[in-house]
Amino acid sequence: MRTTKRWWWSGAVSALVLVWAAPARAEGEQFMPVPSYRVGPYAAGGTSLYGGFIDYMNLINMRDGGINGVKLTWEECETEYKPDRGVECYERLKAKGPTGASMFHPYSTGISYALISKVGHDKIPLVTIAHGRTDAADGRYFPYVFPLITHYWSLNTDIIRYIGEREGGMAKLKGKKIVHLHHGSAYGKEPNVVFQKQAEKYGYEAKIIEVPAPGSEQQAQWLEIRQFKPDWVIVTGWGVMNPAALKNAVRVGFPMDHIVGNFWTGSEEDVEPVGTAAKGYISAALNPPGKESKVIQEIERVVYGAGKGNMVDKKRVGSIYYNRGVLTGIVSVEAIRVAQGKFGKKPLTGEQIRWGLENLNLDPARIAAIGATGFIQPLKVTCADHEGGGAVKFQQWDGTKWKIISDWVQADKELVRPLIEESAAKYAKENNITQRDCAKEST
Amino acid sequence: MIYREAGQFRTTYAADQRIFPILQDRVGMVLLLAAAFVVVPLTASEYALSALLIPMLVLALAALGLNILTGYAGQFSLGTAAFMSVGAFAAYNLQLRLPWIPLLVIFVLAGLIAAGVGMVFGLPSLRIKGFYLAVATLAAQFFVDWLFTKVGWFSNYSSSGVITAQPMAIAGVPIETPVRRYLLVLSIVALMALVVKNFSRTRTGRSWMAVRDMDVAAEVIGIPILRTKLLAFGFSSFYCGVAGALWAFAYLGTVEPQAFDLQRSFQILFMVIIGGLGTVMGAFLGAAFITLFPLFLNWLFHAVLRGGEVRAGLLSQLELLCFGALIIVFLIVEPHGFARLWQITKEKLRLWPFPH
Repeated sequence: MRTTKRWWWSGAVSALVLVWAAPARAEGEQFMPVPSYRVGPYAAGGTSLYGGFIDYMNLINMRDGGINGVKLTWEECETEYKPDRGVECYERLKAKGPTGASMFHPYSTGISYALISKVGHDKIPLVTIAHGRTDAADGRYFPYVFPLITHYWSLNTDIIRYIGEREGGMAKLKGKKIVHLHHGSAYGKEPNVVFQKQAEKYGYEAKIIEVPAPGSEQQAQWLEIRQFKPDWVIVTGWGVMNPAALKNAVRVGFPMDHIVGNFWTGSEEDVEPVGTAAKGYISAALNPPGKESKVIQEIERVVYGAGKGNMVDKKRVGSIYYNRGVLTGIVSVEAIRVAQGKFGKKPLTGEQIRWGLENLNLDPARIAAIGATGFIQPLKVTCADHEGGGAVKFQQWDGTKWKIISDWVQADKELVRPLIEESAAKYAKENNITQRDCAKEST
Repeated sequence: MIYREAGQFRTTYAADQRIFPILQDRVGMVLLLAAAFVVVPLTASEYALSALLIPMLVLALAALGLNILTGYAGQFSLGTAAFMSVGAFAAYNLQLRLPWIPLLVIFVLAGLIAAGVGMVFGLPSLRIKGFYLAVATLAAQFFVDWLFTKVGWFSNYSSSGVITAQPMAIAGVPIETPVRRYLLVLSIVALMALVVKNFSRTRTGRSWMAVRDMDVAAEVIGIPILRTKLLAFGFSSFYCGVAGALWAFAYLGTVEPQAFDLQRSFQILFMVIIGGLGTVMGAFLGAAFITLFPLFLNWLFHAVLRGGEVRAGLLSQLELLCFGALIIVFLIVEPHGFARLWQITKEKLRLWPFPH
């Protein structure tokens, strides 16, 4: 017993020493925190998302020698998708590297909410691509938060516009019945405001049905849907909720091509368990799946060719979530590139990269140069508008794979923007935040 | 040799009734508090304060609350997170709607509201016991979650149902920096721990233990069961409520109803069980183990296996595996928890270095 105890102690002590004796990082590198989630109920999404992100950073390092010669480094930290672990990861990684963390990509609405008040203090941009707090798109009140590309409110207008097109014009929406079936979390509730606002505008009958998290039980909800006899069902799901929704739809005999999922409800992982029964199911897509884009082919050639790929399951390269990770990488790298244009080709601080994000302008020519035409939408971020894009494509499941069935469908910004400004102003009032004057910002 | 009470005589009742009757314990406690209040704020990094110590202390407070109910009064509960949630939402709404109330009073009021809710959900304890009661308290868990999600008023009609805790200030001094937030949490937790320690030795505390050990016998000797049990629920929920408010205001800064789900209740229950039922020390040791140890394992694996040779996914799995295995090991080695281990250590220390 004695010796075992001694063994335990020496083990613990040497572990502590090792923790503190971690080697310092080389100068001249840009550090990127990777708050991944590779275990827990959402691991399937997290593994591909952060795998794609790391693969793209590797591509930049291996093919181009970094961004203008500044190499990217990164460190992973497991968040398990939980806010408290996410905050721990943020605190752990924020000061690493010669200039601290470049930006933070939580890919969890809960974590991003918890970090909003901290990032302004630490001057590290919080980039919440297609998730997180919607009204943070008002950059005048949230200088360090970037819900880039699109957010849940724009997305809802995208979906309604798509449904309108399918019905033969927005005027035809009058009198139609639409259900919003959502995940019982901050994320799932977020679109409801706009969903109802649009019901007033277009005259469709809106019904909101919540599925308690994590969402594997939905029998009662689908019974309710069957009684309501809607024309369309919009699903805001995540993880295990998605296949459960489709299975229940099959059970009550709801037509698949009248269910529209959002971009977190339309990955291969969501429909594969349902298989061919999900044929015809439609979902929004932030990025197309597949390996047709040049950027994905480059990753396969350079990174996987050298055996440095991050994905253990190489079949997932080119999946929806993997490509979304690559998209994250593209936006991050381009923002750093923009910031380097102003501050010089050296490792930059979070504050400097914030400027890069705010002045990011991805035009079709630049997108073509990256090799991502059709993969990412044109994006122009400004001081007031931290969203930039707002469009999505729509895709349909053909029983074995996703097929893109539309071009970029634009959001109804006239409807969404006033709501964002109103909500952001309310937040600012509660928390004593003063509005930033965008006219005075240096460009 | 150093830990021996020989020569220390207690000549008054007051001396005999002290919390720490032995001089060395008193000195040790003073040193510990001095370290916690002075040395830690001066030396600890921002990371250690805001990512390790603050959540640990807040969860220790919640564990202390559950320990009153489960450890002292013997009533099983799975509603801990619900009572924390009530505290957090109550503090937010009080601050929002009655901003002139001082922050500390708001924390107390939030605790009292949580205590009220706890007493309501404690009513079934008069009829059902043990695991059946635990299942009954599950109702609190689901009801509170449902209420805060369903009724927009509680979250001030926030579109996502997430509330953002307002900036804190006491007597005009803003509590923004990690050091100040740590000191605030530490002061509250230290004070409330002292209260529990003392309260457990009063008449009410003794009647809790009597009810725990055998409620029929307790009733026979004249302990009012109804009042005792409800008081335990109220007291416990008060602690959980304050812990919830601190979690929202001093730690995360935001609260979504899902932050206080059943998992959180289980987590706190495990803290109490692993730390040691019915001890103040156990709540702190349990909270430290459950919150810090996974992080320590995470660092360890990153430090030892760094460089990308081992996949990050595998590291995360390993962390869970080791943590699970260690819980089993500790419970086999010492089923009464860390507090009991600590006690054994002290007994051994008395004989050291000449054990007989």
